[in-house]
Amino acid sequence: MTQEFRLPAGGRIDRSELLSFTFDGQTYIGYRGDTVASALLANGVHLVGRSFKYHRPRGIVSAGVEEPNALIDCNVTAAEKGTREANNRATFTELRQGLTTKSVNAFPNLNFDIGAINAVMARFIPAGFYYKSFLVSTTMWHRLIEPVIRRAAGLGVSDDVADISRYDAHYQHADVVIVGAGPTGLQAARTAAKSGARVILVEQDTECGGSLLRDPVEIDGMDADLWVATVEAELAQADNVRVMTRTTLSGIFDHNMLTALERVTDHLDIPEADGDLRPRMRWHRIRAKQVVLATGAFERPLVFRNNDLPGIMFASAVETYLQRYGVKTGEQGLFLINNDMALSAAIKAKEAGVEVTVVDVRSESTGPYTERLQAMGVPFFTNHTLVEAKGTKRVKGAVIAPMNGDGTAIAGELQTIECDFIGSSSGYNPIVHLHCQSGAKLDFDPATACFVPGAPVSATPTISAGGAKGLFSLNDALLSGADVAAQALDAIGLAHGEKTVVSASEEAHPGSLHIRHLWLLPSDKPTSKGGKFWVDFQNDVTAADLELAVRENFRSVEHIKRYTTLGMATDQGKTSNINALGILSDVLGVTIPDIGTTTFRPPYTPTTFGAIAGREPGDFLDVARTTPMHDWHVEHGALFEDVGQWKRAWYYPKPGETMHAAVDRECRAVRESLGILDASTLGKIIVKGPDAAEFLNRVYTNKWMKLGIGRCRYGLMLGEDGMIMDDGVSARVAEDEFLMTTTTGGAAGVLSHLEDYLQTEWTDLKVYLTSVTEQWAVASINGPKARDLLAELCEDVDLSPDAFKFMEWKDATVAGLPARIFRISFTGDLAFEINVPADKGMALWTALITAGAKYGITPYGTEAMHVLRAEKGFIIVGQDTDGSLNPYDMDMGWIVGKDKADFIGKRSLTRKDMSEPLRKQYVGILTEDPKEVLPEGAQLVNLTDAPTTAAPKEPVPMQGHVSSSYWSSAAGRSIALGLVKGGLARKGETLVVPMPDGRNVKVTLGDTVFVDAVGARQHG
Amino acid sequence: MLLIRCPYCEQERPEVEFSFAHQAHKPRPEEAGEPLDDHAWARWVYYQKNIKGVAHERWNHAGGCRKFFNVVRDTVTSEIIATYRSGETPPVEESRVEGEALSFDYEQAEG
Repeated sequence: MTQEFRLPAGGRIDRSELLSFTFDGQTYIGYRGDTVASALLANGVHLVGRSFKYHRPRGIVSAGVEEPNALIDCNVTAAEKGTREANNRATFTELRQGLTTKSVNAFPNLNFDIGAINAVMARFIPAGFYYKSFLVSTTMWHRLIEPVIRRAAGLGVSDDVADISRYDAHYQHADVVIVGAGPTGLQAARTAAKSGARVILVEQDTECGGSLLRDPVEIDGMDADLWVATVEAELAQADNVRVMTRTTLSGIFDHNMLTALERVTDHLDIPEADGDLRPRMRWHRIRAKQVVLATGAFERPLVFRNNDLPGIMFASAVETYLQRYGVKTGEQGLFLINNDMALSAAIKAKEAGVEVTVVDVRSESTGPYTERLQAMGVPFFTNHTLVEAKGTKRVKGAVIAPMNGDGTAIAGELQTIECDFIGSSSGYNPIVHLHCQSGAKLDFDPATACFVPGAPVSATPTISAGGAKGLFSLNDALLSGADVAAQALDAIGLAHGEKTVVSASEEAHPGSLHIRHLWLLPSDKPTSKGGKFWVDFQNDVTAADLELAVRENFRSVEHIKRYTTLGMATDQGKTSNINALGILSDVLGVTIPDIGTTTFRPPYTPTTFGAIAGREPGDFLDVARTTPMHDWHVEHGALFEDVGQWKRAWYYPKPGETMHAAVDRECRAVRESLGILDASTLGKIIVKGPDAAEFLNRVYTNKWMKLGIGRCRYGLMLGEDGMIMDDGVSARVAEDEFLMTTTTGGAAGVLSHLEDYLQTEWTDLKVYLTSVTEQWAVASINGPKARDLLAELCEDVDLSPDAFKFMEWKDATVAGLPARIFRISFTGDLAFEINVPADKGMALWTALITAGAKYGITPYGTEAMHVLRAEKGFIIVGQDTDGSLNPYDMDMGWIVGKDKADFIGKRSLTRKDMSEPLRKQYVGILTEDPKEVLPEGAQLVNLTDAPTTAAPKEPVPMQGHVSSSYWSSAAGRSIALGLVKGGLARKGETLVVPMPDGRNVKVTLGDTVFVDAVGARQHG
Repeated sequence: MLLIRCPYCEQERPEVEFSFAHQAHKPRPEEAGEPLDDHAWARWVYYQKNIKGVAHERWNHAGGCRKFFNVVRDTVTSEIIATYRSGETPPVEESRVEGEALSFDYEQAEG
């Protein structure tokens, strides 16, 4: 292609560097400095996408980040996989050698899209169609409607493999962050720089200059280019200033925590091989004392019939393509405007040799731009409306007509004007996104018909300036830039020197807009007849859709947004929201400020997930805590389960062994001979001080004062609500010292809970707490041979049952290592938990494994541990309990010290509701068929309520649920534990578990101990 | 993300180091020795003031010195008005945004 629409000279592109790229398989040429959009326009390509719902042909409408239509899928490296990024805005994607781009939502191709049939069917798919289709029937919805909608609607398709690019994170602090390096931001930065403050100037564009890149006006007696370069040089000299281009300030969070996305390599030519070690993007987190918002304004389009045809764009976009990229949008242009400022584009187009017509919707048009256009002999229609745009895949003409006095209807002959593009302007919207993200409100300014920033929020202060504040004259903007920088410095107590005052040449700008609000241009037919009046291009929302939503009684703008999908998706209504509010205000008969706006949320523009993940995807996402014996488990084929942040060995399958077989083998080893468990992850807290025993007495339900040194006791910890929050065994180490153990997952919460009471309620208690979870490695040996094994490795302690009783602990030397042995058991079998300093953990483990070989010592994981403890009915807090169960519910009244003066939860246990007989209570559950293992979470119902069909119409009352369920070789059958209403009094009763496959499994309620009910084994 | 000054560390630190620990100045009634009926007890256990406006909150410097301390925070703007140590008198009174009920009506809520 030949770039036939490229002007022979001008623009900021580098004509010495030709770049080739593809769009939908076709190769095109552009220049360095182009965006994909400007290069496509230079080649005369306007049709770039199909719309979300109706598959309408759509063209480029803007020249910036607000673009709703020109979305493209791109490759970001030369690799074939993991490198495609969906929904990039062509107007913001820098052209680079080797770029492959593709339009979105077109099938089979852009030029002939079969989905466009939707447009013909449009009357049957109005606003809220999606929601209305829910009402048809669930079968219809699942089988027919949803698949069709999912196939037809949508934008780009995301890559289906992991992103292969590298991303980085960066943290910064600043006194003043200035967002936007247009004339306002540059003036703010100069003033802030002189104070010595730490300043960061952030600009999303490739270079500084802002509106001057589109409209290079003389400032301070200098050409715009020279002025920008002078300021940049001044800032570069100041070592307290950092200027960051290609960086989008995307979010403002509480207390001015800012996030910014820096594009590091996305503008570089795509190399053949991936050898570049630089990150693709950098995600900055900046803490700023003050934030100056010089983000400028977006133009908004006028709404008329068929205003979505390719070739219809913003007046300022036409100007940008001419001045910045040296590209003519077409040969015959019609400018449709309602304000003075937009006429600048018509002048530039005329000067570039384009045939220009102006349709001004205002009743009269004066001012310097109007005069210049008239002097140039441009046909100029005032008080005219654009009745309808003509064309299919490109605008071919416009029907215009005079309007009546209040602009509500046409009043005169229709007339058709030929054109191949339309530049439209309905005014400007200050870019208030960041202001609103800070929590601040907006005010509506009727003079400029836009929302301007209201008062900032004290906790997250921002100050807006220039176009972002609604100051559309260049001289006002330049002044306000310096002013707000001074204000920001004052607010943080930094002295500033004299403000740098500059001004632009007088004739440059009209100074004010003289805007006429006409949210919907009158036509010869209503909005529901003939062609559509498009409000939100990206989501295919029309003026008729908004009117329909109001007729269906939607009033809140937040509801209308969700019903019609207005302002959703990647552009978040940047170009459509205010027009929609204007139309709604006319329909509802209320003012725009009374309607209000929808919520502005971060990020300001779409952000690559990879950049936010930074260097922490995959395994780096969260801390993985491993025990000192972890490597052994890995080497011996263990599979792991996550318990909190811990990696715990789950089970150790032998080659070809199923999980069921492995767990069963591990369980039998423990019951028959010897098993070994890595128990290092249990929380361990030293409770020390003269009041340590009193403290435990208050935080556990049972009594602790008289526990002897060398003894251990099981404790149940409740919250103030009387519900079980944790459990574990604590050992008395000394008169004034206990070692408390907690559940693996509960350790941090328990420590915080205990600290809370010590620091705020019982400040008189002399106790301190230290977490020693990671200081100890723990190997728990369980089974009839446990004592025999330990006796071989430990010579300094008498292990005989009378000398070392159950629930005692002793200092010892095990395998030559200093150790503490606790004779406690979570399996109900003979067990010793051997604690050694963490760095000796592997030595202990391997010594036990080696010496235990003769007993067939078998490492077992958490799954076997769960089975073994369930055989004994021991609860697991968080599995069998859920925060709504008290000790009585769990049939653990024996552990409640009722005659104790106080303990956490005591008062709540006396509440009437806590002893309701129909509370859910802990019972054993045995299936009629001993081979049937119930699924955990299964519901129990009364025998008389057993459903007779697989999908009963009426729900039946639930009696309870299964909390733990396993196959138990020791019991010779399946076992289950669960919570059943009034269960303790219902032992022996038969209930039914309805299964998903329609079977009713009969179960009998019973005791929770299935093996060794008298506890002979653990005391052996 | 909030910046919170820990009154023990005497430093302003980011929110990630802290955890919220509910309403401040809500002592355990049993400590004061007043026997409460079930209603009043349940009210203490289950109800928080949930102020829209200037609230007294307890925070824990969980990822730092582990101390519990108090914060006066405007729950509308998230402005931290003051922080002070446990046991100290609040330097600023709590107050609700105009139009918000001054205290939660427990009886009414129970229906």
